[in-house]
Amino acid sequence: MADVIKKATRESYGEALAELADKYPELVVLDADLAAATKTGVFKKKCPERFFDCGIAEANMMGVASGLSLTGKIPFASTFAMFAAGRAYEIVRNTIGYPHLNVKIGATHAGISVGEDGATHQCNEDIALMRTIPGMTIINPADDIEAKAAVEAAIQHYGPVYLRFGRLATPIINDNPGYKFELGKGVTLRDGKDVTIIATGLLVAEALAAAETLAAEGIDARVINIHTIKPLDTELVIAAAKETGAIVTAEEHTVIGGLGAAVAEAVCEACPVPVVRLGVEDRFGKSGPAAALLKEFGLSAEGIIEKVKVALSKKA
Amino acid sequence: MQESVNKQLKCIACRLRMGIIDAVYSAKSGHPGGSLSIADLLTYLYFNELRVDPRNPKWEDRDRLVLSKGHCSPGLYSALALKGYFPVEDLKTFRKSDSYLQGHPDMKGVPGVDMSSGSLGQGISVACGMALSGKISNKDYRVYTILGDGESQEGQVWEAAMMAAHYKLDNLVAILDLNGLQIDGKITDVMSPLPLDEKFAAFGWNVIVIPAHDFDEYERAFNAAKECKGKPTIIIQKSTKGKGVSYMENNAAWHGAAPNAEQYEIAMKELSTALAELEA
Repeated sequence: MADVIKKATRESYGEALAELADKYPELVVLDADLAAATKTGVFKKKCPERFFDCGIAEANMMGVASGLSLTGKIPFASTFAMFAAGRAYEIVRNTIGYPHLNVKIGATHAGISVGEDGATHQCNEDIALMRTIPGMTIINPADDIEAKAAVEAAIQHYGPVYLRFGRLATPIINDNPGYKFELGKGVTLRDGKDVTIIATGLLVAEALAAAETLAAEGIDARVINIHTIKPLDTELVIAAAKETGAIVTAEEHTVIGGLGAAVAEAVCEACPVPVVRLGVEDRFGKSGPAAALLKEFGLSAEGIIEKVKVALSKKA
Repeated sequence: MQESVNKQLKCIACRLRMGIIDAVYSAKSGHPGGSLSIADLLTYLYFNELRVDPRNPKWEDRDRLVLSKGHCSPGLYSALALKGYFPVEDLKTFRKSDSYLQGHPDMKGVPGVDMSSGSLGQGISVACGMALSGKISNKDYRVYTILGDGESQEGQVWEAAMMAAHYKLDNLVAILDLNGLQIDGKITDVMSPLPLDEKFAAFGWNVIVIPAHDFDEYERAFNAAKECKGKPTIIIQKSTKGKGVSYMENNAAWHGAAPNAEQYEIAMKELSTALAELEA
């Protein structure tokens, strides 16, 4: 797999903002002293007059973004997921969510793949937190192509959007000419009848690899990429439950309140089948190289395969 | 200020206070103390300062007001009703389950409310964003935000204060209502934020300290704010919490409590007597 092209979705985020700057003159970008890391620096270089550093003050930044949106701008407020969804949660809830403002939150460095910085900077709770805010759209793109498409989709969608990006370079899987991003629509990347793997973010590539291995063992796994976690494509999820009878979810996020929970909630109400969740178990992250951490936490093709076997054993 | 204008504003302030009492009494809850301490300020803003049009609440070039201390919604609603954004009698639906007049300001439901607020320390950040937007779009609207003195205990206020000065937001005016009381008692006993004038000056703001409840003082202060270039202005008004209703004045117990029927009658009588004297 040496020829696989890899890129971190935070890079795609910064590039997309810069690329879309001319097309959307109301687009402005805020950052909290992390432009070099969130890659909004790429936008800053192109449009310095539309970039505003707020300093290390994320709560204020979210409020400023609200004010900008109330006067016709389309602000992207950028910082690490830990500070966007964690530190600033109540401001996001009350000054962005409650008035349903047109603010986009660009949250990078989500999940344990932050790596060496360790638990304080590895946000595994952001999807859960954001899901509880009425009207919040949550997008967790799987690769560079999807990340760039998601940024433009967020601009075109009126209302608050939480965009989740990663620090780690991950494989590009959507480089086909027919690729189209539809907000709120899951993508069936591989059909299958025995089990469905529903993945998001960097685990989508792992889900595809897992399905390959499972096929060699005679297990026909469907793979669905859920880039929009809220609103969830429940139609596609429930169809998968009905047609394959077992589901495995995979996400770089706590198993509490994220994609796995969203899928389980939808399935148990409409078509109860076994749902086995792969994610960060109820624990904090730790320091280490990202690849090693993903392996240790089981967030890999191998981890997915293990969960698929559990799901199949529970299947009626 | 012309004597006739001053008198007219005093009459409006009286009616505004009656609206506050009506709203809080009808709801059997709400925040009269801090609403009454900004009643004159709101009167001045809506009837002598803000460039707004109640027939066109979303007018793009209007001045904006963010009530950062959102619990003083009875004051804001009463001002908006008197200005003509919605019927004054609707104040009596305040906080009821079928009313658009939510306990704390909801911009989605109330004409004239420029931003939802209620969780303290956040409105000033939103006002900064509006002011910044005006700067980069070369718009001449001005942005006003009203803060409580207790509210300045929130760290976010100082994040916003830093930003407003850094980006030279001279189209932004914050008014801090220094009535000296918060829910648990005197601000100096609970957690002293003083000296607020020196703090804001150190953060790079143009600071104006005035006695509240005086329209000539408001006129001088807001005109001085317009003259100040290159930095945001904060007007610290030294006010009386509960101003205008004798038994509520300077009493922290009236921060968030509604009068009973007897107390309501006393308050309305005091205010209507004051109004009658002004109109005589």
